Amino acid sequence: MKTFHYIGKKLPRPEGPDKAAGKAHYIHDLQRPGMLYGKIKFSDYPHARIVRIDTSKSERLTGVRAVITARNTPEIRIGFLRDNFALKKDKVRQYRDEVAAVAAIDPEIAAEAIELIEVEYEPLPGVFCPDEAMKEGAPLVHETDPQGRPRTDNRVPLKFHHESGDLEAGKRAASHSVKGEFSTQLVQQCCMGTAGCIAEFDMNSNLTIWTKTQIPFLAQRDFNRALSDMGLKGRNTRVIVPTLGGGFGSGLDTHAYEYIAILLAFRTGRAVKIVYTRDEEFANLSPRQSTHTRIVQGCDRDGRLTFRQVDVLQDNGAYTSWGATYPSVMMIPATSLYRVPNAYFDAKLVYTNNTYCQAMRGYGNPELNWALESNMDELAVEAGIDPFEFRRINCNQPGETTPMGLKVSTCGLKECLEHVAGKLEWKKKRRKRKCRGMGMASLMHVGGSGRIYRSDASGIILKLDDFGNVNVYHGGVEMGQGLHAVLIQAVAEALGVRPEKVFINPTDTGTCPWDVGTHASRGAFMGCHTAILAADKLRERIFHFAEDLFPKEAEKNLKKFKKKNPDYEPPDFDVASAAKRDRFELQDGFIFLKDAPTEPWMRLELGRLLRAVHFRSQGQMLTAEAFYDPPNELPDFEKGFGNISATYAYGTQGAEVEVDTETGEVKILRMVAAHDVGKVLNPQTLKGQIYGALAQGVGYALYEELQSHEGRIMNPGFRDYKIPGIQEMSFPIDLEFVETNDDYGPFGSKGVGEPGLVPTAPAIANAIYDAVGVRIRDLPITPEKILAALKKLK
Amino acid sequence: MKTDVSFTLNGLNVTVTVEGYSRLIDVLRGSLGHTGTKEGCGKGECGACTVIVDGRAVNACLYPALEVEGKSVTTIEGLRGPGNELSSIQQAFVDHGAIQCGFCTPGMIMSTKALLDSNPDPTEEEIRSALLGNLCRCTGYVQIMEAVKQAIMQLKSK
Repeated sequence: MKTFHYIGKKLPRPEGPDKAAGKAHYIHDLQRPGMLYGKIKFSDYPHARIVRIDTSKSERLTGVRAVITARNTPEIRIGFLRDNFALKKDKVRQYRDEVAAVAAIDPEIAAEAIELIEVEYEPLPGVFCPDEAMKEGAPLVHETDPQGRPRTDNRVPLKFHHESGDLEAGKRAASHSVKGEFSTQLVQQCCMGTAGCIAEFDMNSNLTIWTKTQIPFLAQRDFNRALSDMGLKGRNTRVIVPTLGGGFGSGLDTHAYEYIAILLAFRTGRAVKIVYTRDEEFANLSPRQSTHTRIVQGCDRDGRLTFRQVDVLQDNGAYTSWGATYPSVMMIPATSLYRVPNAYFDAKLVYTNNTYCQAMRGYGNPELNWALESNMDELAVEAGIDPFEFRRINCNQPGETTPMGLKVSTCGLKECLEHVAGKLEWKKKRRKRKCRGMGMASLMHVGGSGRIYRSDASGIILKLDDFGNVNVYHGGVEMGQGLHAVLIQAVAEALGVRPEKVFINPTDTGTCPWDVGTHASRGAFMGCHTAILAADKLRERIFHFAEDLFPKEAEKNLKKFKKKNPDYEPPDFDVASAAKRDRFELQDGFIFLKDAPTEPWMRLELGRLLRAVHFRSQGQMLTAEAFYDPPNELPDFEKGFGNISATYAYGTQGAEVEVDTETGEVKILRMVAAHDVGKVLNPQTLKGQIYGALAQGVGYALYEELQSHEGRIMNPGFRDYKIPGIQEMSFPIDLEFVETNDDYGPFGSKGVGEPGLVPTAPAIANAIYDAVGVRIRDLPITPEKILAALKKLK
Repeated sequence: MKTDVSFTLNGLNVTVTVEGYSRLIDVLRGSLGHTGTKEGCGKGECGACTVIVDGRAVNACLYPALEVEGKSVTTIEGLRGPGNELSSIQQAFVDHGAIQCGFCTPGMIMSTKALLDSNPDPTEEEIRSALLGNLCRCTGYVQIMEAVKQAIMQLKSK
């Protein structure tokens, strides 16, 4: 196996010291000269016609510089299906709809100005439940589609469907089958740094926007289209990404507030900043959507799955975001987690007057996995097979092509299952103590990026300077996950320089090559691939120049060396004839000859070579760029086939819990998480990803729920929306990384950003069932639900 | 009503003019330019704005600016040593990967400092209780606990 110098090592993140010192600059900390503060007026109704907007009082308030509505600004359409507007003109479809906005000289005046805007509405009947929204005669959230054609129902016009094998034959072949219905709740990403941006125009009407995004280049495309809508066709947007303060999917779309800041900046000729308060973030930023899943699975007498049928109904809310494509990821586990010969998957999305939803870590996988892995346990019980054995029997295998056409290059699922069972002492300790239980659940996720857009690519520029430093320009976004630490390791490894000589530049569409976005666990996977490609190009050029320079420099070095060591006799070795490009090696910033005597003078410092190449007649500076598009396919989602990712990540999590039958409270005693990561790039940042995701999985399982009553968010704050704190996370977590060294992964690695939260909830639910015999089917698993189920059991 | 308030900020005397309704966080992040203190919720629910006032960790988003008259305030900017080096708590956070997005980090570090200043050898339970009000969405707190324990060891060996 290849040995690495920096890959696999615990290198601390480069931005860590600044973050620890309070010197990292988030959007909240940025200022521009003459900057104004923007504030948005949101709707008072979940569904209503806008009759009249009176902004006169607001306009007269001292310190107000602009008040805008849809009636005095150009129409800007936004959203995945272009069904949303930056500002709403005739109708509001959710409480968070933006009806007006102001820019003022300070945030207090902006807040006061918003209160002075008077809006008259004509309330309309709303629809808040996807089942109701599907019924004939339900109020229409959108009367027309974006092209102006009349709509007759609330179905979102997106199809996700898969059928493989023969479902009916699979059902006939089943000795056991179990049906189940499972639901998941609205969940907020809860980035500790809230959303925000600063928009500013120059006098050529080009836009610069500093914004909290995970998709700077798709955002540039979106904003350029908005500039067109504003009559500025051909003008350009430069997107600069500040220190992010968490992403978790919340930055995968462009948002109305960004377009409003752009409109205000253009209107006032000043920089305009909009930052959400925490209340605004909870109420007005799109959460993870709620789902309802019906699942049936069956197996034969030996426990082999014979079929799986999954139907998902997803509450989309009032508008579409990229989150409307969750089923594209749900399809992966639905068709391909465990070997199932006959599979059926269908997802329907429905418009309602609830808050519209967007991406969150896992992107449909935790929702689907909740139903699938809970139902796997139920089927195991029905078939009389140990749930661990049942999973092992149906385990995916390396080299297989799944019913969806996913090409499984490597698969460490079996090792993950066995590790979790071993660590929990599954066979020995399970069911030995009252009210204590063990459960497990596995996952499969994209591990080699995920093609949901025409391009799934990413670019990099490596620019060498006179000092042997490498300046990196990469379009991926450091959200806190540790992308920059891993990029530095990858560049140091692939090029052959010391990590402290590698510098990552801010993500900026003006300087960095295109990248589709930091999502789908693809950051490190793509960043490392691009780094390897660009480093190879640089090495080629460096070694080309070394053919001439190395012998000359070696001769000079030798002379100096001899002066210091008069008795030194150099070995009989012809440097000039050995100095051929395929014989050079670059390591830790020094060029040397492979298979040559390791004499101290027989090496050339990289900076020295670079200066020699630069400072001469017709000199050159060395820069290389690379663009990598992985060998995956954009699936046909309506038919449900296509190898969406270059490789796939697997994992299993196990939980041991204790349930208090008096209070219904669940105490997690320990968790074990085993993940097939391909190859560990950096154990410290990797652990951070899994621990952190697992904590989000615990929140999803037990605590978190954004409560929506007739479209209004009822708990917009951390007091009433509980995310796990340090007390809730006091149980021990055992991590195990299975290295499958995937050929498609850079250095053998797979993406790991999302997997850590995917199976957590069903692992806990399965442990609760094991402990007290109750099966909870709707998240989160609250003490009330457990008590109610226990009562029913009696 | 505007009022002048004088207090010690990271060891230096400062005087600022504040409104009656100004919060300590507004003064720190605003006219004093100490943006290391983060506002995560504005309601004392997340701990990102934790600073130390007269030895006690407080939420700067709830603390009236007028109340700091004559008091001593320490913010994350006050922990850095003179030679551009981090304090041992900060360094432990860096070394143990206790930092991800970093937005909760200054508050988390200030709560840790307030704890260790008053109780240099806390139990695991005391650490958790001191950091109860500091929310983190990225780390799952595991590496934060490791960092705090490392900082305790280092401070003890000094």
